[in-house]
Amino acid sequence: MADPNCQIEMASAILTRSDTFALSAPLTLDCGRMLDGVEVAYETYGTLNPDKSNAVLLSHALTMDQYGASLHPITGKPGWWQRSVGPGLPIDTDRYFVICANVLGGCMGSTGPASLADDGAAYAMRFPVITIRDMVRAQIALLDMLGIERLHAVVGGSMGGMQALSLAANFPERTAAALIIAATARHSAQNIAFHEVGRQAIMADPEWRGGDYYAHGKGPEKGLSVARMAAHITYLSEAGLTDKFGRNLQDRPDGTKGAKTFGFDADFQVESYLRHQGIAFTDRFDANSYLYITRAMDYFDLAEEHGGMLANAFEQSKARFCLVSFDTDWLYPTAESRQIAHSLNAAGKRVSFIELSAPHGHDSFLLDVPALDRVIDGFLKQ
Amino acid sequence: MIGLRPDLAVIAQHVAPGSKVLDVGCGDGALMLALRDKRGCDARGLEIDPANVAECVAAGLSVIQGDADTDLAFYPDGAVDYAILSQTLQTTMRPRLVLDELLRIGLKAFVSFPNFAHWRVRLSLLWGGRMPVTRQLPVAWYETPNIHFSSIDDFRALVREMDVKVEDAWFLSGNQRRSAAAANLRAEHAIFLLSK
Repeated sequence: MADPNCQIEMASAILTRSDTFALSAPLTLDCGRMLDGVEVAYETYGTLNPDKSNAVLLSHALTMDQYGASLHPITGKPGWWQRSVGPGLPIDTDRYFVICANVLGGCMGSTGPASLADDGAAYAMRFPVITIRDMVRAQIALLDMLGIERLHAVVGGSMGGMQALSLAANFPERTAAALIIAATARHSAQNIAFHEVGRQAIMADPEWRGGDYYAHGKGPEKGLSVARMAAHITYLSEAGLTDKFGRNLQDRPDGTKGAKTFGFDADFQVESYLRHQGIAFTDRFDANSYLYITRAMDYFDLAEEHGGMLANAFEQSKARFCLVSFDTDWLYPTAESRQIAHSLNAAGKRVSFIELSAPHGHDSFLLDVPALDRVIDGFLKQ
Repeated sequence: MIGLRPDLAVIAQHVAPGSKVLDVGCGDGALMLALRDKRGCDARGLEIDPANVAECVAAGLSVIQGDADTDLAFYPDGAVDYAILSQTLQTTMRPRLVLDELLRIGLKAFVSFPNFAHWRVRLSLLWGGRMPVTRQLPVAWYETPNIHFSSIDDFRALVREMDVKVEDAWFLSGNQRRSAAAANLRAEHAIFLLSK
């Protein structure tokens, strides 16, 4: 723990520590391969109590990282869950020791396709195909290093929720509670289909070069940007987009307001917004990481891992569970969370499930939903 | 059990300490909290209104948002010692099916409901010729969530027909107990403890 390279700082009154942990043993992966020299980049917020019983693991979504409650070093923007993690907030850093780690396969310091293999070159497509359970294995290694036998809770939204489910199912002794927000126990055909569009956009970009773009100073930014644009639509709701943009037109550079160009510039505000989202994403995300992490999500099927019965996945767990869905989320709709809740119920587990009303679609879990704050706060305080 | 609605207080007093309970239509969780904190019960809930579910979860209770008419099917046989249905039977689409489900999931079931044959209701209908709006049934016919009204005698007939055993029963008018014999006329509320 006493690594001279680690930084401890007080950022907006949250005691933050950033560090990278190198696993001492190779990680055995679901694909059958062993991955040597795995590193996990993570942040912690707050203080671990003497009996190490107040740890909360935050598992991040597809395009997030370990900067859950601190300024992002590339974008300079607040952490992705800054509004929920901090002193006096639902995930209260005065009460809990919060750990947030970049996933295996990621690109913000944890080992991924951009990391260097033994031969000194980036893995690129030589990186093994990983799974959600592999990501969790890396997190468990981190918990072992920190001496945390049992988490107070694991909390995650979207892909973070998949990790929380996987941790509770596969490492039942390691958490006392699991809070799963806007997630699913398996990727549907539609989920896989959207991810495939994104992957094909990346791989169709000539700059992708079969994944070996790292030495060329330029990656498949066009492709990654299109992948992000397509995915971003799935995170929002139709009503949310209509509310925000409607059919409003962009002002032209010459000051003309609301006129069509009869061309293919970003006439509509929604086009301009998506283009901006796409381009901004390429500044902070590695295209190959996007391929690998979306693959891991597509492979996720918790029931399949446990003989086809979701209820069996939780047989050994003594954890309390809470599932939250949003009525406007069409990426992982309420029915998915309800099914998980029914399976946990059938397994006799202590489970709560609630569908919250929020206008923002899938991304609601990151946004201002007061009822969500109350649920998180109440569930974690037990 | 001070502060609990009278029918809930009766149920809370008669649930065996430390037992496993499912409260169907648990509302804001008042009964579950009493059972958990005062009787050491392992209480779970099912509730249709998301605002109520949020209150329950915020209070540390395990509650699933769902509908008694459709979601009881997902609970295993004999999952709990007591299945509780308080003031909810009259709002269900298929009351008989819900009763069957309660006694499948619970070894015993508490069922409380308003008595539509209470004398005030009878008078209101007889003299006024209008659907009654009373202390127990405070909402006009076009807004009430209650869709299947029954009297205490109707309920007795149903459980006889279902071959369900009445272990105990309590009849209330406000906080006052009423005798079983006079209940159908004088009780506003009935609470039955049933078993198969």
